[in-house]
Amino acid sequence: MDCDICGKHAKVHLTQLVGGQIKKITLCDDCAKEKGVTDPTGFALAEMLLGKTPGKVVPAAPAVAGSGRKCPTCGFTLEDLRRIRRFGCADCYNTFRDDVNQMLRGMHKGPKHCGKVPAGMMELHERTQRLEELRGKLDQAITSENYEEAAGLRDEIRQIEIRAAAAKQTTDDSLP
Amino acid sequence: MMRFTTLIKNPADWMTGEGADNAIVLTSRIRLARNLRGESFPGWAKKEERRHALEVMRPAVEGLSVMKDAFSQELDDLTSVQKQVLVERHLISREHAARGEGSAAVIERRQSIALMLNEEDHLRMQAIRPGMSLRGAFESLSAIDDELENALELAFDHELGYLTTCPTNLGTGLRASAMLHLPALVLSDQIGQVLQAVNKIGLAVRGLYGEGTESLGNLFQISNQSTLGESEETILRRLERVISQVATHERNARDKLLEDDPAMVSDKIGRAYGVLRHAWIIDSKEALTHLSLLRLGGDLGFLPQDTVKTCDALLMDIQPAHLQLHSGRKMTPEERDSIRAEIVRGRLQSLEAPDIRSTRKKDESDPDPEIL
Ligand SMILES: [Zn+2]
Ligand SMILES: [Zn+2]
Repeated sequence: MDCDICGKHAKVHLTQLVGGQIKKITLCDDCAKEKGVTDPTGFALAEMLLGKTPGKVVPAAPAVAGSGRKCPTCGFTLEDLRRIRRFGCADCYNTFRDDVNQMLRGMHKGPKHCGKVPAGMMELHERTQRLEELRGKLDQAITSENYEEAAGLRDEIRQIEIRAAAAKQTTDDSLP
Repeated sequence: MMRFTTLIKNPADWMTGEGADNAIVLTSRIRLARNLRGESFPGWAKKEERRHALEVMRPAVEGLSVMKDAFSQELDDLTSVQKQVLVERHLISREHAARGEGSAAVIERRQSIALMLNEEDHLRMQAIRPGMSLRGAFESLSAIDDELENALELAFDHELGYLTTCPTNLGTGLRASAMLHLPALVLSDQIGQVLQAVNKIGLAVRGLYGEGTESLGNLFQISNQSTLGESEETILRRLERVISQVATHERNARDKLLEDDPAMVSDKIGRAYGVLRHAWIIDSKEALTHLSLLRLGGDLGFLPQDTVKTCDALLMDIQPAHLQLHSGRKMTPEERDSIRAEIVRGRLQSLEAPDIRSTRKKDESDPDPEIL
């Protein structure tokens, strides 16, 4: 068998499971060493095998007509995403939100974060979640022509938004 | 701040396995990925941006309470062998070692906590513990995360959670993994089946194989793949459940092998002992294969229980960079093979031949840790 990287006689056979399928990689001693495959405890092996995308390969970014959109913070474009399969900065996620949502389909257990939240963002996070929930209910109420309930929901949303604006005003005022 | 030689002089806390039942689960590891708000990710950032991010992060990381008297170094200031030693000890990743200007490592004295600055993400934080201890590792790391949050502006989104360079890490940014030693499942040909089952539950399994079906070191890593859409608690709970099931399978396979074919088991362990005690040239693959069997012998009672620990320390110390650090010079692979044999012989010098007449010396009243 020949090395998958350089074609020399290969001695190292790696096996890993990806999506229920066994994948084999064959390497010569030199390439194995270079790629860190001799690491007996496998951590480095994992990183080598998977790049930095354990278990799953990032699907190519969707081709978007009229792209050329740029992240205002870091200048990243969709072309860059297709090329390096990584983002340029945290703000890219906002810039390309629709494309991100498309990419995430099937990559994770779900589309929304339900883990740890930074302590300083807890209040805002809970409010955001609550608003989203209420807006969903409002849509439903309107669809089912339940206008009384819809009015109640709309009031509740408005109140939360007013309180949020007031809170924001206070923090902004307290800034130096 | 601690010097490299001081840091590396002692084995890591998680390598010595003190107090942990690590006959099957060698180590538990937790990694959290975090990034700064408003700064380009390290791979996309220009050199001066990387420098700037490092200047922002480094004082915060060095100021962590666990990092008192820690090791803190820019990778550019280390030699390639030194970086390689850190990789072999899992204190930095291979990718991190290869990164250019502006990348740094901050490592706690006992090497249980290691933070990579400007790896793929601005911050990759890691906790390793001996044996099965994912939860303990997560809790200690999460406390560090809380502490950092006060000092740094982290990138967080209300839908996508912690924002990471690669979308595969979004959400919790959590990668939890355990390293398992599964020689009996390999010897009894059940390993494929077990690993397929684990993979079906959505966990990643990786092993290192030698020629043909003969596996190398019989070591396998199980980790979560998904980081978004479920909580840290849910991820850890599923992983813990699966790992404990795999460990039980391995335990049963060990018992069954001893019952069905004690001669074969004795032969394997006896040969491993013979080779390791008397080899003068040994490459890492052969060493790994035999150390795995010797380790099994220690757990089954053919050899003293502390053989397990001796083997674990050797797994680390016979790697290329560790060998070169030990001998203080660069070596050819041939030289390494003979130094490796010398070190192995030295460590096993006082190890008596396996007691192959009794199948299992372990006290029958020993409670089975898997049942507890
Ligand atoms: Zn090759
Ligand atoms: Zn950006």
